[in-house]
Formats: sequence, structure tokens, C-alpha cells
Amino acid sequence: MLMGLFNHWVVIALMMIGLYIVIAHGNLIKKIVGLTLFQTSVFIFYISMAKVNGGTAPILADDIIQYSNPLPHVLILTAIVVGIATTALALSLVVRIKETYGSIEEENIQDQDNQTFEQSNSQKDSKQEKQA
Amino acid sequence: MINIVILTLLVVIAIAIIRMKDLFAVVMLLGIYGLLSASFFVAMDAVDVAFTEAAVGAGISTLLMLVVISMTGRREITTRHKPFSALFVVAITGFLLIYGTLDMPYFGSADAPIHGHVAPRYINDSMQEIGIPNIVTSVLASYRAFDTFGEVVVIFTAGIGVLALLSVVRRPEDPEQIAVINDSMHERHLVIRIIAKILIPFILLFALYVQFHGDFGPGGGFQAGVIFAAAIILYTMLFGLSTARRVINQSLIRLVAATGVLLYGSVGLATLLSGGNFFDYNVLANDPIAGQHLGIALIELGVGCTVAVVIIIIFFNFAARREMQLNNKKQHQDKKNKESSSC
Repeated sequence: MLMGLFNHWVVIALMMIGLYIVIAHGNLIKKIVGLTLFQTSVFIFYISMAKVNGGTAPILADDIIQYSNPLPHVLILTAIVVGIATTALALSLVVRIKETYGSIEEENIQDQDNQTFEQSNSQKDSKQEKQA
Repeated sequence: MINIVILTLLVVIAIAIIRMKDLFAVVMLLGIYGLLSASFFVAMDAVDVAFTEAAVGAGISTLLMLVVISMTGRREITTRHKPFSALFVVAITGFLLIYGTLDMPYFGSADAPIHGHVAPRYINDSMQEIGIPNIVTSVLASYRAFDTFGEVVVIFTAGIGVLALLSVVRRPEDPEQIAVINDSMHERHLVIRIIAKILIPFILLFALYVQFHGDFGPGGGFQAGVIFAAAIILYTMLFGLSTARRVINQSLIRLVAATGVLLYGSVGLATLLSGGNFFDYNVLANDPIAGQHLGIALIELGVGCTVAVVIIIIFFNFAARREMQLNNKKQHQDKKNKESSSC
């Protein structure tokens, strides 16, 4: 059972490491790295499901009887390229956040947002007092 | 056996990534992680996937992250709060997932449910129906062409998103200034520059080979596009953004990205107008097999154009943003210097 399910467990370990980075780390780039780890673990899961013992790469040739399953390969092939495109989009958001807040640490960004929120609240309060 | 070694290494690298505070080291580890997972895909017979992962995971994504780190700083600040709650959530989720794997089919078993349904049809009949040896290409470009169309549109949309977020309006550059910059850079990295100059034509040629040989061996539009973009990015990194802008016309390549998607979609429309289903290439020529070959070649070309150009656009915009930030900083400093000297 250990050998039969080893791949699945490694996939789960990688996935959980990715999830942990996304939750526990405040740095936005580190979070994107965590997402990439998570994503790659899913790729590994699909590709190891497609493997057949004694099979070979799914390119048709004479005197080969057993092929690995080509369908997961197709799904993951496109997913990898879509993955880099969406990662690039996330990275460009990070660049804009850095330009606006001057930081890519979650806590600093939250602090700045809280400050602006409090300022706008106190301004509203003072306005209401004036009207009263 | 080799897969167990690779998977263990992957876990070790992932744990190292958690512990590293230096983002540069994290990105480098991520590149190694991508290359290792590509080798794992080779061991699992997924040659096409390995091809893509080696180019994307170890190449392009590492580069993009490095450009971003050069803009945002490479140190990660240690967080104040304790990570116990995150560990708790992750442990519970991991435990439930492991419980879920207990009744899954074992690795490599030929009678797993995943090998039923459509997979035998692809393996047994694709030679008669499509007429090309690489089953991955025939599934990607013919059986599941509509699905792939969606993916290409997603990539195109992501490219537009990056353009919308990062594109900067540039003043026309002074050619003399560019020449000065280039001359000053000529002395540096001489060996790398000459070797890259020799290599780039071969990389481009290899990309074309991968593009047009994808029917018979591992390859196709996605891989070819990424390799082609890698060659252009290599050129940009060594010879500067301004030189690369003169080689590659920005508005022209934007047009090429859109043309790729349009070409893909029009093949679908052409099949509809010839009386077939959407992306049913049999009706494109008198002989169904010839029709399949024509359709697959056209849509792979569309995919290749879009993927290559979108990745080039993404890289150019990141690099241009960085250039703009550096220029702003420089102007700011010049102003300060002038003020202090006038005092």
C-alpha cells in the first residue's frame, strides 16, 4: 500500500506546503510561490494517475502494445501555459501594489488601509458635528 | 524507483522554500523545482508535458519572478503572529486528503477507472480518425479543440490584463542615447553576449521545428511558443530593452497575438460553414485525413503565435515598468542633487 499510494501522499504533502505558505506568509511574492507549488502538485497528481505500468509515451509506433493515458497529459499541458499567464497577471498586480503602498508585506498594507479608513471616518464625524 | 527519488527531492525543496527568507533564493529554488518536476514528467511518459514544464517552470516563470523581485525588494519580513492556526488548518486538510486516497487505485495499475471511458478510443482509433502518431497532439488539437480554444483565449486575456495593469506611455527615444547605452554595455558580459548571439538563431529554429514536428514527436504550438519567446527574452536581457524594441515592433506583435486567436476561431467557423460541426476538420478537404492535417496545422500555428507573443508582451511590459521606475528614481535624485548644490 505504501508504494501504491506514495505518489498521492507526496502530492498531498506538496499541496499542503503550498497552502501553508499562502496562509502563513505575509509577503505577496512568497504567496504566489506558494500558489505555484500548489498548482504543480496538481500537475504531478494528474500525470502520475496517467502512468500505466509497462506503458510508454503516447506516441503511436509499431510493436508497442501498452501506452500511458494521453488525456491527462493534454489537460496538464495546456494548464501549465495558462498557469504562467495567470501567474504573470498576479505578479503585475504585486508590482502595482508595491507602487501604491510602497510595500508588499500584507501587514504593512493592512495598517495603511486601516489608517486611511480611520482618517476618512474621523473626517465624516467632524463634518456631522459641524452640521449638528 | 527514479520517481521516488525525484518526488522526495521535490518535498525537500518545497520545505526549503518555506524556510528561506531571501526571495532571490526562493525563486531560484522554484526554478529547480520546475526542472525536477519536468524530469518527473519524463519518468511518467508525459514527454509533451515535460517539454512545456521545463520551458515554463524552469525558464519563463523564474525570469518573470526575478524581474518583479528587482522592483519590489528581495527580503521577506518575519511575521509577528504565530503560524499555529495555519499549521492546524493545513494538518486537518492534509489528513482528510490522505484519508481520501486510501481507496484510490494504486499507482500504475492498468485497470484504474481513469483508463476507461474515452482513453482507449484515443489510443486505438486516433490513427484511423486523425492520422498522426502523437496522440497528445490529436487529442489537444482535434478531439478537444474547443477546450484548447478556451485555454488560448484565457492566455490572450491574461496578456491583455498585464497590458492594462503595467503598460507605460513612452516618450520617443533618442537613437544617439541608445547607441551610447549600447556602447557602454558592450564591454560587459562579452562571453555571454557572443554565445547568446550564436545560440539565438538555433533556439528560434528549434522552436519552429517543435511547432511543425508536433504531429509526429513531442511538441506543438504551446511548447514552440514558449521556446520562441525564451529566445526573444534572452536577446532582450543581453542587449537591452531599447535595442529589443527596435527589433520587435510593439504594436505589430500585439496584432500577431490577436491574429493567433482569430486564426484559431476562424478555423472553427470555416468548419461550420463547410457543413461540419465546430472544429470538425474532416470537412476542410476532400479527404478527411487531409482535412484533419490541415486543421491541426492551422490551429497549432494560431496557438504558437498567441502563446509566443503573449509571453513576449508580458516580459516587455514588466521590463518597461522597471525601466520607468529606475528613470523616475534617477530624475528624483538629480533634482535633489541640484537643490543641494544650489544651496
